[in-house]
Amino acid sequence: MVAAVKRTLAEKVWDRHVVRRATGEPDLLYVDLHLVHEVTSPQAFEGLRLAHRAVRRPDLTLATMDHNVPTTTATPADDISLKQMEAMARNAREFGIRLYPMGTPEQGIVHVISPQLGLTEPGMTIVCGDSHTSTHGAFGAIAFGIGTSEVEHVLATQTLWAARPGTMAVTVDGELPRGVWAKDVILGIISRIGVSGGVGRIIEYRGSAIRGLSMEGRMTVCNMSIEAGARAGMIAPDEVTFAYVEKRKHAPQGAEWDRALDDWRALPTEDGARFDREVRIHASELRPYVSWGTNPAQTVTIDGRVPDPEALEPALREAAARALRYMDLTPGTPMRDIVVDAVFLGSCTNARIEDLRVASDVVRGRKVKTGVRALVVPGSMLVKAQAEREGLDRLFRDAGFEWRDAGCSMCLGMNPDILGPGERCASTSNRNFEGRQGPGGRTHLVSPAVAAATAIAGHFALPDDLS
Amino acid sequence: MRTVRRVTGRALPLDRANVDTDQIIPAHWLKRVERTGYGAGLFEAWRRDPAFVMNDPRYAGARVLIAGVNFGSGSSREHAVWALDEVGFRAVIAPRLADIFRANCLKSGIVPVELEPEAVTKLLELALRDPRTEITIDVERRTVEAPGVHASFALDDHARARLLEGLDDIAVTLTHTDEITTYEARRATWLPSLRG
Repeated sequence: MVAAVKRTLAEKVWDRHVVRRATGEPDLLYVDLHLVHEVTSPQAFEGLRLAHRAVRRPDLTLATMDHNVPTTTATPADDISLKQMEAMARNAREFGIRLYPMGTPEQGIVHVISPQLGLTEPGMTIVCGDSHTSTHGAFGAIAFGIGTSEVEHVLATQTLWAARPGTMAVTVDGELPRGVWAKDVILGIISRIGVSGGVGRIIEYRGSAIRGLSMEGRMTVCNMSIEAGARAGMIAPDEVTFAYVEKRKHAPQGAEWDRALDDWRALPTEDGARFDREVRIHASELRPYVSWGTNPAQTVTIDGRVPDPEALEPALREAAARALRYMDLTPGTPMRDIVVDAVFLGSCTNARIEDLRVASDVVRGRKVKTGVRALVVPGSMLVKAQAEREGLDRLFRDAGFEWRDAGCSMCLGMNPDILGPGERCASTSNRNFEGRQGPGGRTHLVSPAVAAATAIAGHFALPDDLS
Repeated sequence: MRTVRRVTGRALPLDRANVDTDQIIPAHWLKRVERTGYGAGLFEAWRRDPAFVMNDPRYAGARVLIAGVNFGSGSSREHAVWALDEVGFRAVIAPRLADIFRANCLKSGIVPVELEPEAVTKLLELALRDPRTEITIDVERRTVEAPGVHASFALDDHARARLLEGLDDIAVTLTHTDEITTYEARRATWLPSLRG
């Protein structure tokens, strides 16, 4: 008898979406859900129009506006941004696609709204013209970012040509120390495997510390898989996943729910399945992290200091020296001594309700340090509404934060929310690249708890540091 | 898409690792709804530094970009490839390219070339020492040739055929419509839909 090959979660989900497999070709992969936004889609729709092609499955396509939208009426969109939003509205109308535009209650960052609506479910394939599509892997879906030509391809055919990526397991076992959040877990992982540690692979996050995370925490972890270079990140679905999905707007109902559950329970990686690469981390090694450089692997713990490039391994020195020049930091400086000009609480990484609860609890009854500009940009209008029902907006406003409408905002600096040249920001977003939050801006990646404490202290701080 | 059989030309040596697409084309350029008009945004911030290699007139007209590992990381923006294309680049060589960037290159007829780090280092040195050095990338043979360098790179038959023939990807896929329809008939009934 031949023993059946044990398969990983990623392999199972991939294999069930293969429409066509032939020698010398990548797989033709079916896409269960295509998320669309205003920035990476106009050229794709124009391509369809020129070729007289239709959208094959408008019912599996959802559009919103997030990257470019203003988050306050005080700073309206410029003409060129307006034109892009109008194009999104016209394209959705013309091709029969559901759109949640600015001003609707369901509008928000595409990776925040899809799970909220119950459109993100285990075992699916999900793509979007946005690299943080990896977020949806938290549900045990294969979800990844694509370019605009591929957006056009999916619109026209509901499929993609793609070679099955390799597999990688990142196992985090043990209990997370107090004050260590999902953001710190993923920053800790990236600091160990590097920004190209996952290239060509799908990472499966495993272990008791991962299973102990809420769905929102799991989304934060999977969201930044792309920052490790991975094609996607995944977490096996379990009771936490099912409880999150159940009863959401687009979740299966009644007998369909039971059938779906039976299917989802069979998805996790089988014992004995092999990964191409395995990394193990003990949760007790993790701390709250702050990035000091210009890529997400350039981090230290908040108790640490700005590193001396000469003390790093040779391959990293030149990039570290360049990063420190850009960031205007001196080796040896304690992270807590670094003063910030701005604090951004937002993005598809960390702008869900739990993030806002944690941060609002830190700022409760306190005041943002004079001179610090502090922004809360909820991930979606539904998150915003819920936060307001819970009174979180009052806590933020009373402390001196601006309370904004939903959007990508200062994560990527496409809308008017940008840093000025040389401004330094503690940000709950995902990328500290040069100029990411505005030309010349300096970004430090942190968790919502550290961002909130930093806004109060005026320099990097933990909630426990506040008097 | 245009056909690409062979790319021959001078090379721009960009000896940096992990160059992200925000550096290749900053986000404010992404407000445009057209596929063209991105050339002026290529490496916009770095080009303000007179010492940036792209400002060296000896590299003007380079058709090959040689970069460090993980070039094109970060955002999925295909605008990065469009910007490179507009400035005249037809191939990018690195020890490893970011996944989405690599896929985007293939869609625009830019040849993504991943070589052993030693070979990339050698090419970088050649281009730095003599900017007139010509590099040839042969798509059909999947090889890179330069003085003293003979290397081959991986490119699956499917991707190679598309570059060589300049095929419209969607038209090719639509020849498999029956297979897609068959697949759709057996999709699970509980999968979410926005119908209605």
